[in-house]
Amino acid sequence: MKFHQAPRTLLALAAVSAVAFGATACGSAAGSSGSSSSSSEVGVALILKTLSNPYFVTMEQDAKAAAAKDGVSLTVAAGTSDGDTQTQISAIDDAISRGDKGILITTNGNAVNAALNQAKQAGLYVIALDTAPTPASIADITYATDNTAAGKLDGEAAAATLGGKKAVIAMLDLYNTQVVSVDIDRDHGFLQGMGINPGSTTENSQEAKSGSYTGGAGGSYQIACQQPTQGAIDGGRTAMEDCLSANPSINVVYAINEPAAEGAYAALQAAGKTSSVKVYAIDGSCTGMQDVASGEFAADAVQYPGKMASLGVDSIAKLAKGGSKPSVSSGLDFYDTGTALVTASPVSGVSTETVAQGKAGCWGSTN
Amino acid sequence: MTASAPSPVLEPAETVSDLSARRGHSPANRLQHLLHRRPALSPLAVLLIAVVIFSLVNARFYSAVNLSLVAQQSAVVGSLAVGQTLIVLTAGIDLSIGAIMVLASFLAANLVFTDNVSVPLALLAATVVAVAAQAVNGLLVTRVKLPPFIVTLGTFNVFTALTLIYAKGQTITLNTGSGLLWTGQSFLIGNFRVTYGVVLMVVLYLVVAYALRCTAWGRHLYATGDDPEAARLAGIDTKRVLLSAYLVAGLVIAVSAWILCGRVGGADPNSGLNANLESITAVVIGGTSLFGGRGSLVGSLLGALIVQVFDNGLALAGVDPNYQVLAVGVLVILAVSVDQWIRKVKA
Repeated sequence: MKFHQAPRTLLALAAVSAVAFGATACGSAAGSSGSSSSSSEVGVALILKTLSNPYFVTMEQDAKAAAAKDGVSLTVAAGTSDGDTQTQISAIDDAISRGDKGILITTNGNAVNAALNQAKQAGLYVIALDTAPTPASIADITYATDNTAAGKLDGEAAAATLGGKKAVIAMLDLYNTQVVSVDIDRDHGFLQGMGINPGSTTENSQEAKSGSYTGGAGGSYQIACQQPTQGAIDGGRTAMEDCLSANPSINVVYAINEPAAEGAYAALQAAGKTSSVKVYAIDGSCTGMQDVASGEFAADAVQYPGKMASLGVDSIAKLAKGGSKPSVSSGLDFYDTGTALVTASPVSGVSTETVAQGKAGCWGSTN
Repeated sequence: MTASAPSPVLEPAETVSDLSARRGHSPANRLQHLLHRRPALSPLAVLLIAVVIFSLVNARFYSAVNLSLVAQQSAVVGSLAVGQTLIVLTAGIDLSIGAIMVLASFLAANLVFTDNVSVPLALLAATVVAVAAQAVNGLLVTRVKLPPFIVTLGTFNVFTALTLIYAKGQTITLNTGSGLLWTGQSFLIGNFRVTYGVVLMVVLYLVVAYALRCTAWGRHLYATGDDPEAARLAGIDTKRVLLSAYLVAGLVIAVSAWILCGRVGGADPNSGLNANLESITAVVIGGTSLFGGRGSLVGSLLGALIVQVFDNGLALAGVDPNYQVLAVGVLVILAVSVDQWIRKVKA
C-alpha cells in the first residue's frame, strides 16, 4: 500500500469502526429500558436472551403485568442476539448498582456466571428461567418446564393412539454437534412415555432399535431412524425425508419442537403420507395450537414461558417483603412451571387439554 | 537422441499423453496434470464412488424417490455455491452469503404475507436487498481494501442481526398456491420427482458457467483471482471485476432465497443458518482453489451433491448422526489436500 494512501484507508477504517461502535452502543441501549426504582419499591431485573423471539417477548409481557400487580419496579434487558453475554453482564451490573432485590435471567452462556455470583454476594436473589445455568448452582433456583414430562405426555399419547399396532418410530432430535439437556430430556421422556427404555441417561440414540413398548395397549416397536434437525423447519424436512427413504412404513414421529415438526409434516405431505403418520411436537405456541386443530400435529406438549417470568417476579416480591424463599418442585432440582398435552380430541388414558384450552394459555401470536 | 533438452511443449500431431510419456511422467504425475486441466474430475469420482457404496449398503439409496430427494435437498446450498464459487475464484471468501439469503427470503415472504405485496415485486425487493448487501461487502473489499474474510465475518453478524430484528422470531407460512412457493412444486420425469427449485438451480449453473467460460468477464475473473498484479498490468480493471463478482453473487443469492422459500413453505429465520459454511464446503470439495483463479463451477454442484449424498447415505445406513459431521470434515481435508497436490504440478 502506498504511503500517501495509508491515511485515507485509516480514516475509512476509523469511520467504519465508529459506526460499528455506535450501532452496538445503540443496540445495547435499546436493549435495556425501564424506570429508575424509588427506594421504597422493590426492584427486579428481567434479563432475556433476545427480544426477537416471541417466546421471550411473552416472558417480558407477563413479567410486566406481574410487576404492576405486585408493585414491583421492573427493568427489562436483553442480549442483541442469542449468545450475546456482554449485554447481559452489563445488565447484571446495572441491577447491582440500582439496588435491585432480584434478577430473573435466561442466560446466553456461561460468561454471565461471574457477574451472577457477584450479584448473589451483593444480596440479590437470582432466578434462572427456562434453562438452568451451567452449573445449576449459579442461580438460587431455576423455573423451567419439566422437559422430560413434556416428552412423556407425547409418548403416552402416541402409545395410546397406536392401540397395539406396531410402532415404526422416527426420532427427530435437536443437534448432532452438541449435547444439550433439552434434547436429551424430551427424547428420553418420549421413549419413557411409550414404555421404551432410553438405554442411557446422558445420550440420545442409545435405546434398543427394536423390541416391545409397554405404553397404551403395548406392542412391538422399531426405531426407524434418529436424525438431528437443528430445531428448524428445513432441518426437520430433510431429516423426515431421509427417514422415509430409510423406512417408508414410519407411523410415529417424535419432533424436538414445533419448527422441526412443521418441516417433518411438509416432507410427509410431499410424500403423500399425512394420513398414515402421526407427528408429536413440543412447544405450545399459538401457531402450534392451530397446527393441532388442523391435524398437522397429533399432539403438542405446551410450555408456559409467561408463567416462568410472572412467578419469578412474584417470588422476588414476596422475598423482599420478608417472605420465604421459593423451593424446588418435589423430586426435581428446579421449580416446575408445568406442561400439558393439547390434542384435537381426547386420548384414552392420557390427560389432555382441548385446543381451546391450549389457545387460552399459548404464547406468541398467530400468523 | 540429440544433446539438447526435449521440447517442453506439444510437437505437431502429438497428444498430451504422448507428451507425458516423452517427458517420463509417472502415472501419478499424469493424474496430477489431468486434474490440473480438469478440476471437476476428482469430485465427480468421489460422487460416483459414494453413490455406489451407499447403494450397496442400503438398496433404498438408489431408488428414484430417494435420489430425487437428495437433489431437492441440495438445491438451496447448490445454488448458493454458485455465488460462493465466483467469490472464491477471486481468491476471496464470503462468510455472509447464507445470512443474506435468509434475510432476503424472509423479506420476500413477509412482504407477500403481511404487506400483501405481489410476488414479483417481493422477489424484486429481495433481489435489491441481496445485491445491496453484497455491494457493501464488495466495496469494503475493493475500496477500503479489507480482507474478504474479515469483511464478511463482520457483515455476517450484521445481516444475521437484521434478520432477527426484522423477523422477531416468527416463522411465516404461505398459502400453497403462492408464487413464492413455486420453487417447491414438482413434476415427474419418469420416476424422478423434480422440483422447480432444482430446475432453477441447474439453469443458474448453465448461465453462470457460460458467462465464466465464454465471456470476457469470465476470463477477467479467473485472471484477477489467479494473479491480480499480472491482471492489472494486462489492462484489466481488477477493482471493477472484484466488485462485479460480489454483485453477481447478490443476484445468485436472490435465486437461492426463492428456492429456500419453496423448501421451507414460507420463511423461517432459523432455517439455512449453516448455509454459509455449507456453501464454502461445497465449493472446496468441488475442487475450486481457495487461493483463487482455478476451479470449475460444475465442481461446486458436485461438491454440494457429495455432502448431501453422504448425509443421506449415512442416514439410510443407520449410522450415528455424528458421523455425518465427521465425514464432511474428512472430505474437506481430502479435497484441500488434493488441491495442494495439483497446484504443485511441474511442467
